[in-house]
Amino acid sequence: MKVLVAIKRVIDPYVKIRVKSDGSGVETNNVKMSMNPFCEIAVEEAVRLKEAGVADEVIVVSAGEINCQEQLRTALALGADRAIHIEAETGLEPITVAKALQSVMEREQPRLVLMGKQSIDTDNNQVAQMLSALTQLPQGTFASEVIIKGDAVTVTREIDGGLETLSLTLPAIISTDLRLNEPRYASLPNIMKAKKKPMEQLTVAELGVDIVRHQEVIEVMPPPERQGGVRVASVSELVDKLKNEAKVI
Amino acid sequence: MATLIIAEHNNVSLSPDTLKVVNAAMALSPSVSVLVAGARCRAVADEVGKVTGVAEVLLADNAVYEHQLAESLSALIAEVAQRYTHILAPATTFGKNLLPRVAALLDVGQLSDVIQIKNADTVIRPIYAGNALAAVKSNDPIKVITIRCAAFEPAQEQDTQVASVSELDIVVANDMTQFVSKQAVESERPELAVARVVVSGGRGLGNSESFALVEKLADKLGGAIGASRAAVDAGFVSNDLQVGQTGKIVAPELYIAVGISGAIQHLAGMKDSKVIVAINSDPDAPIFQIADYGLVGDLFELLPELIDSL
Repeated sequence: MKVLVAIKRVIDPYVKIRVKSDGSGVETNNVKMSMNPFCEIAVEEAVRLKEAGVADEVIVVSAGEINCQEQLRTALALGADRAIHIEAETGLEPITVAKALQSVMEREQPRLVLMGKQSIDTDNNQVAQMLSALTQLPQGTFASEVIIKGDAVTVTREIDGGLETLSLTLPAIISTDLRLNEPRYASLPNIMKAKKKPMEQLTVAELGVDIVRHQEVIEVMPPPERQGGVRVASVSELVDKLKNEAKVI
Repeated sequence: MATLIIAEHNNVSLSPDTLKVVNAAMALSPSVSVLVAGARCRAVADEVGKVTGVAEVLLADNAVYEHQLAESLSALIAEVAQRYTHILAPATTFGKNLLPRVAALLDVGQLSDVIQIKNADTVIRPIYAGNALAAVKSNDPIKVITIRCAAFEPAQEQDTQVASVSELDIVVANDMTQFVSKQAVESERPELAVARVVVSGGRGLGNSESFALVEKLADKLGGAIGASRAAVDAGFVSNDLQVGQTGKIVAPELYIAVGISGAIQHLAGMKDSKVIVAINSDPDAPIFQIADYGLVGDLFELLPELIDSL
């Protein structure tokens, strides 16, 4: 079975971001970039499926500028077999990414597509659902457990108030939640080996996708700053403040 | 302008989040339509009819919609959607799962987790875990929007039914996805997302037994319990209690963070709370930078004292 994993290059989750003063966006120059944490989980799950003998090939794909090949190499070092880089400007909209992935799916015919439930930069949480709609395939979003048996995949989903289990007919699209697995680190020999693994380059145009501007970001602003308050010295002072000053208890 | 709201419900009663979406939609038009799709869910449609601002209730009551699977519901909504300029749902796991699928069927983008509707085509939404806000304008003929419920007050429910309920006979079966089971976490406490008071515990509690202190404090205050990702990963509590960018976003009147350092991921989920209290042994913990009231000390001494004094 062929598994396709879509990944994204984002600002590292532990970086404190800075909003540009002209309101045009967030500073990305000289900022540490990483693979989106949810995407790492998707890669890990695909590699585990390969190790379990369920998947025989894992393909990673990413859309963006040339430097997102770094993250594709990371995925190859983690155990993916080959990579596809879709050359595009940074900041493609989710619907456009979904269309590009749909086109990749038509070429590669994977039985399973894995991706993170959301990227931690734009926080959209859309691409997997959109891809499922475009391909008319079933979706298992926010997955915390994935079990493949024959022609079906059982997905346990994290929902508000608990868990839900669905059975999807393959091929299917799955988006990963944080609890699905604990991603491994790439070893140095594997990083070296990853350099020799194949990386195909495609453009959005070659995939037959038109870039339509559905949305425009008018301004990016820092959020209203929250004032740090006071330190209290004792529990009784805290209770007094909550009762008489904040009036919340 | 015509707005359609997708109701979240459990076939028996309406979720409080839906009421907040109705209120959020008032920025677009004084009256909205609400779609209730489910199985044997007439009671929900009747309840929606009593909500201030709702002019019309569409009811799709069929066994195929029982578990509100995205594959069926998205096709149903896409068919109804052509009559509307705006399609809204709460940014809960229900809305997040469903609406992007609707947007793609309509070949439009989606505006996720919106905290403010500026006008018919422009909204404000947080990005980078709430560390920036973006004003985004949609050029699409139909705007598909999920609403961050913590940012809005609920619409009022009246005693009498105002809106009419009309039944839809669109049936979209789906043979790709089957519902297997649901494991709900039962709790006597208020729901995390709508609680007036939230007490959250972090790694500082050390083990799951100590979490009982957090529960006791929450019970004294009539609040819900929450947790940081570290506490969830360490197995202290189940992950549906996680507050943060990857968990739930809450904005209660009072948020008490116990043994939580205040990582960016966690702050994204609670920094819009009205009053924040931090109890932590580390005086340099980042949580103190946003806490209205900070108390430095050993939480195993401070918590029992706090519980006793309430």
